Amino acid sequence: MILYDAHHLAPCYAVRLLAGLLGVPLTLAPMDVYPGHDDQTDAFLDLAPAGRLPVLIDGDRVLGDWQEILAHLALGHGPAWFPADKPALIGWLGLARDLGGSAGLARMIDTFGAAGDAAAARAEADRLLDHAERHLWFAERAGGQWLLPRPTPTIADVGCFVFIAPCEDGGLSLRDRPALRRWCDRVRFLPGFVAMSGVFPPMANTPR
Amino acid sequence: MQEWRTMTPDPILWNDWHPVAARCTLDPGRAHHTVLLHVPLVVTIDAAGTIIARRNDGAPLQQCERYGLVWVCLGTPVQPVLAIPEADEPDRPPVVVGAIGVRAAGPRVIENFLDLGHLGYVHAGYLGDDPQTRVLPYDVAPLPDAGVHGGLIATRCRMYQPKASPAATEGFLVDYFYKVERPLATCLYKDNPVHRDRFDVIYLFVQPVTEVTSIAHPLLLCLPDGTTPAALRAFQQIIFMQDKPILENQRPARLPLYDGAELPIGADRSSVAYRRWLAAIGLRWGVITATEAAGAPR
Repeated sequence: MILYDAHHLAPCYAVRLLAGLLGVPLTLAPMDVYPGHDDQTDAFLDLAPAGRLPVLIDGDRVLGDWQEILAHLALGHGPAWFPADKPALIGWLGLARDLGGSAGLARMIDTFGAAGDAAAARAEADRLLDHAERHLWFAERAGGQWLLPRPTPTIADVGCFVFIAPCEDGGLSLRDRPALRRWCDRVRFLPGFVAMSGVFPPMANTPR
Repeated sequence: MQEWRTMTPDPILWNDWHPVAARCTLDPGRAHHTVLLHVPLVVTIDAAGTIIARRNDGAPLQQCERYGLVWVCLGTPVQPVLAIPEADEPDRPPVVVGAIGVRAAGPRVIENFLDLGHLGYVHAGYLGDDPQTRVLPYDVAPLPDAGVHGGLIATRCRMYQPKASPAATEGFLVDYFYKVERPLATCLYKDNPVHRDRFDVIYLFVQPVTEVTSIAHPLLLCLPDGTTPAALRAFQQIIFMQDKPILENQRPARLPLYDGAELPIGADRSSVAYRRWLAAIGLRWGVITATEAAGAPR
């Protein structure tokens, strides 16, 4: 499988992270989208008309939406990550996409000079992060560890993690969100975890 | 932020050149808005490629273009944009990495660039690795033939690096030296894994936005070793994005210049020299001076 990838984009990281957790090897095709514009070339738009990264090539199939790619990898290599009988999965994947338009957008504006209103993006992100914090805080009280009330994580955890873990890059904070911090650590300690710049792996000498 | 800080420009930085944009990121369809030393600017490029930088308040500024970057001086330049002799070597055209915003004081960003001690932790697997984190002794001295404010040079720096550059296929003990040529301009020279008799040069220019926010403008002058400019850019972006959360969590936000603020160890020799040099030339931007730390009235 070939992943058209940009190292700094959270949706690309979500795919690399899930592939690591599933133990699925990917061939990365790095794209220079900052300061280059590899994602706007005719050749790339022929492949992926939406002009968005990441794009996954699996045999004859071309998948051009990051959550679709997460679902595809999970269905093929780890169905427990995609509990299709749980409607909450769709809800939390929706929250992940909304985090992309708020926390993720603030990160892109502050770090890479993307267009947009950083203050408005942060205000929306703060609201969503508070919601996720409350949810996880009560989930922990009920003995849960993940966004869905299941013993193992889902692609919704991966999808939210890639925006929540590096949210400080966009001027947000997890300081007063302890349940989110504990949840981030649980993701970081999963076997097969891979890092992104700004999302540190557990130190080698940290007890698990 | 105290009012005097927003009203009084630091004369050293006010009369120096700073990068505010890169030609390759400017878009004729979208003006580039940025801030330099609290002064809002807009940088535009037209279809013919002419770049114009303006202050939002219409006051004059000086503008030029070097190394693919647009430079602005808000005051009266006391010296030209930094000369980079390697930029004239035909086999290594400058590669703009792309600006990266960081919520940290400019001097903090420069100090971090000079720091050997963090490589094995923050850049583990790239520019260092646990447990080979020991910083071997190195030397720091005044920079000869420097600009009007002088500068620093750190030599004999060595670090084991698992992946010193995109072209590196194995770890090796990398030789470095660093120069600080302006308060917010620094560079390093490091071994290239292919050209063992010449050095890759990596510059870091910091655009001071506010005293505690900055935009890093890295510039690469790397030898031809089969690495594409896109791969060089991506590698440096990965490195700088690893530094960003570290810088944004350093406290105090402004770099303390007074004795006793911190307890340096031998590995911090370049940091100590940089802080002392900034104190000696009288930089006030993004720092806590000894006078301020003593609580003296202004």
